[in-house]
Amino acid sequence: MKLTLKVWRQGGKYKGEFVTYQLNDVNPDMSFLEMLDVLNEQLVAQREEPVAFEHDCREGICGTCSLVIDGRPHGPMKGTTTCQVHMRHYHEGDTIVIEPFRASAFPVIKDLVVNRSAFDRIIQSGGYVNVNTGQAQDANAIPIEKETASRAFDAAACIGCGACVAACPNASAMLFTSAKVSHLALLPQGQVERQKRVISMVARMDSEGFGQCSNVKACEAECPKEISVENIARMNREYLSAVFASDKEMA
Amino acid sequence: MANSSAQNGTLNSGTPQGPVGEKWESYKGHVSLVAPNNKRRIDVIVIGSGLAGSSAAASLGELGYNVKVFTYHDSPRRAHSIAAQGGINATKNYRNDGDSVYRLFYDTIKGGDFRAREGNVHRLAEVSVDIIDQCVAQGVPFAREYGGLLDNRSFGGTQVSRTFYARGQTGQQLLIGAYQALSRQVALGAVKLYNRHEMLDVVTVDGKCRGVIVRNLLTGELERHSAHAVVLCTGGYGNVFYLSTNAMLCNTTATWRAHRRGAYFGNPCFTQIHPTCIPVSGEYQSKLTLMSESLRNDGRVWVPKKAEDCKKSPVQIPEEDRDYYLERRYPAFGNLVPRDIASRAAKVVCDEGRGVGKSGLAVYLDFADAIRRQGKATVEAKYGNLFEMYEKITGDDPYTTPMRIYPAVHYTMGGLWVDYELMTTVPGLYACGEANFSDHGANRLGASALMQGLADGYFVLPYTIGSYLSKEIRTGAISTNTPEFDQVENEVKERINKLLSIKGKQSAESFHRRLGKIMWDQCGMARSEQGLKQAISDIRALRAEFWSDLFVPGSTNEYNPEFEKAWRVADFIELGELMCQDALHRNESCGGHFREEYQTDKGEALRDDKNFMYVAAWEWKGEGQEEQLHREPLNYEEIEVAQRSYE
Repeated sequence: MKLTLKVWRQGGKYKGEFVTYQLNDVNPDMSFLEMLDVLNEQLVAQREEPVAFEHDCREGICGTCSLVIDGRPHGPMKGTTTCQVHMRHYHEGDTIVIEPFRASAFPVIKDLVVNRSAFDRIIQSGGYVNVNTGQAQDANAIPIEKETASRAFDAAACIGCGACVAACPNASAMLFTSAKVSHLALLPQGQVERQKRVISMVARMDSEGFGQCSNVKACEAECPKEISVENIARMNREYLSAVFASDKEMA
Repeated sequence: MANSSAQNGTLNSGTPQGPVGEKWESYKGHVSLVAPNNKRRIDVIVIGSGLAGSSAAASLGELGYNVKVFTYHDSPRRAHSIAAQGGINATKNYRNDGDSVYRLFYDTIKGGDFRAREGNVHRLAEVSVDIIDQCVAQGVPFAREYGGLLDNRSFGGTQVSRTFYARGQTGQQLLIGAYQALSRQVALGAVKLYNRHEMLDVVTVDGKCRGVIVRNLLTGELERHSAHAVVLCTGGYGNVFYLSTNAMLCNTTATWRAHRRGAYFGNPCFTQIHPTCIPVSGEYQSKLTLMSESLRNDGRVWVPKKAEDCKKSPVQIPEEDRDYYLERRYPAFGNLVPRDIASRAAKVVCDEGRGVGKSGLAVYLDFADAIRRQGKATVEAKYGNLFEMYEKITGDDPYTTPMRIYPAVHYTMGGLWVDYELMTTVPGLYACGEANFSDHGANRLGASALMQGLADGYFVLPYTIGSYLSKEIRTGAISTNTPEFDQVENEVKERINKLLSIKGKQSAESFHRRLGKIMWDQCGMARSEQGLKQAISDIRALRAEFWSDLFVPGSTNEYNPEFEKAWRVADFIELGELMCQDALHRNESCGGHFREEYQTDKGEALRDDKNFMYVAAWEWKGEGQEEQLHREPLNYEEIEVAQRSYE
């Protein structure tokens, strides 16, 4: 099929603008990124600089791919990363608009590539259990209710792609941060540092320049792993009780 | 004490003496230690942030060494370990089904077709239990039973259930655990993290590895970093085949550059072709997607008995016209035979003209029986996310129509040769995880890659590296302002300029694709003397064409993924030739290495233990020179070597 692409180009000779490209022979079984590979091969053949976009596993798990496709992070399909979108969902003659994830905390590096290191720094501020290698007790020493383990897993399934931030009108990182807070708060291993963790991670998130949550829930709608906004509610509870607890300690 | 040496072409692994079950305990009791005050004065560089890299860097940071970690990703959490689906083996024996350290040791040696080192594999089985404990303590949400205890499943090549899993995302959860441990050390200042940095060479001084040259991928700037030891945790080289289940960026550059600086390459031709992948659908295809081996617990593999049924819809083919060929040929293990055997069996039926799908290069993996027996809900709970992924890619619903699968390159058992201490033949240069050759012999069992990556990083290297570093406590800080660093950096610059100055017509991608086709056709599931010789000559021609007609757009003083690709493809081309050479010299079939000339009358791999029971370790001898073969003889003191049978 024939497609028209309007792709955001930024860096080098491009100040930041949409450039239009035509593709004449897109196979419906191709993935979206394979379609961009074809575009890039075409550009290289014409001695043009290819479009920079990030990708790696192409299985929907590494969280490297991004892209806002026709206004939606990771494109039109629910619970799907860009790399798992296939061209069979498009039609002859369609025009597709492709942009980077946009947020001031995710500065554009080039074309469709943004810097998401702020997420690493949020994890570094407390998204872990303080346990050294070799300190662990037997894995079955603490039984964990199946349902609880499963809810912890649902939160831990976050791939750190940043679609939640791109979807949010405030560019808030609440879904990402709350997924990690929830994952660890739900498990017995995360209890000891539960209060310290949430305070530290929220402070880091704010200092990175992400916006506040105003309950739009676009993050949940666009999340390729369908992480629930329940996690945000849980983080708010965790945060409040941690703040009150630390006030009490100070009093 | 372990100490490798190469004399008369024979390599010594430095495995400690004594019964196999006592080697590691005895080693740990005698290895030299580095005191805490001295660890502060020792720098260690870790390249790569997957399971091996993150776990090693975190553990070394905890011990008090100054650690730097380099990854070409934007975040350590992107490393390809994240994509492992099925699980991680550990001999906990929580099922009371007869598992033990010895049995995991035995299964792994047998699964590897008697081409792995006993001492390493036993150590791996011993520390496997600690890995599960460590991961649970980090908050890894493994699957649990209703009583709250950990669940297990079974995997190919074993008759016990020893695989721990986290839905179909075990690699993701383990990597996030290791990434969080690493992040904690970064926050504490014990580990310095360099993302978007790719290692392009290692620097040796007086025969010891003393640092690396890395390229900042955003600015193109070359940087020098020195250390008392460098640990390569850079994964496997399956992308030499272009199409594989590896992530797009996986490459051999770090291991290949190390090889050219003196690290021997062990068993480069030992490649794992995974039996259950989504078949190739077209020329534009960029990668292949694995469907977890765990599916073979409940899925039944079949093709039509008659070639003329192949184009029919599978649901129209009656039971009596189906050939469940794995169950027929291997009744003891059935659909759970090891990967190399399942892959080859699929090739055999497709070669007979009984393959299905558009290309005829696919077999069915059918869940109808499992759904009938257990109900759709149970099957969905076990494999829901895999079924969903399959449907997204193919457009077919595996609940109602059997999956179509075909083998694809998945893992490389070969890698840098390391001794018992995981040190390469360059003193001070280590290799962990898939980057080394060590534990899987000629075929890796399912759920053992995650085990080995984490074993190396959490529980082996932190002990063994002390043996070398204890002799480095008086070295002091290592300067990067030396002739050795100058020279290597200049060589890197020259190569960069050479790649850019060709200004030919063809993209790096197109060369990669062509290399992959040569490798898959001649050095894939079946190999022959004639084919391999042809491949070597084709690769040489391709290499000459690459260096005369490559086109790299842009410059190297900026973010330029096309340049990165070109450098990596240049290294893949060189490695591809060595793989073919290794496959050509090994005149036997074993595990994933199947030479058509050497098979039993039932079509099984025919080993030649008399002549080939060794690790082939290749030494780079310079541009245009034949590599030199060194042999590490494999001595089986504990296990009786036998013809592998899963019948």
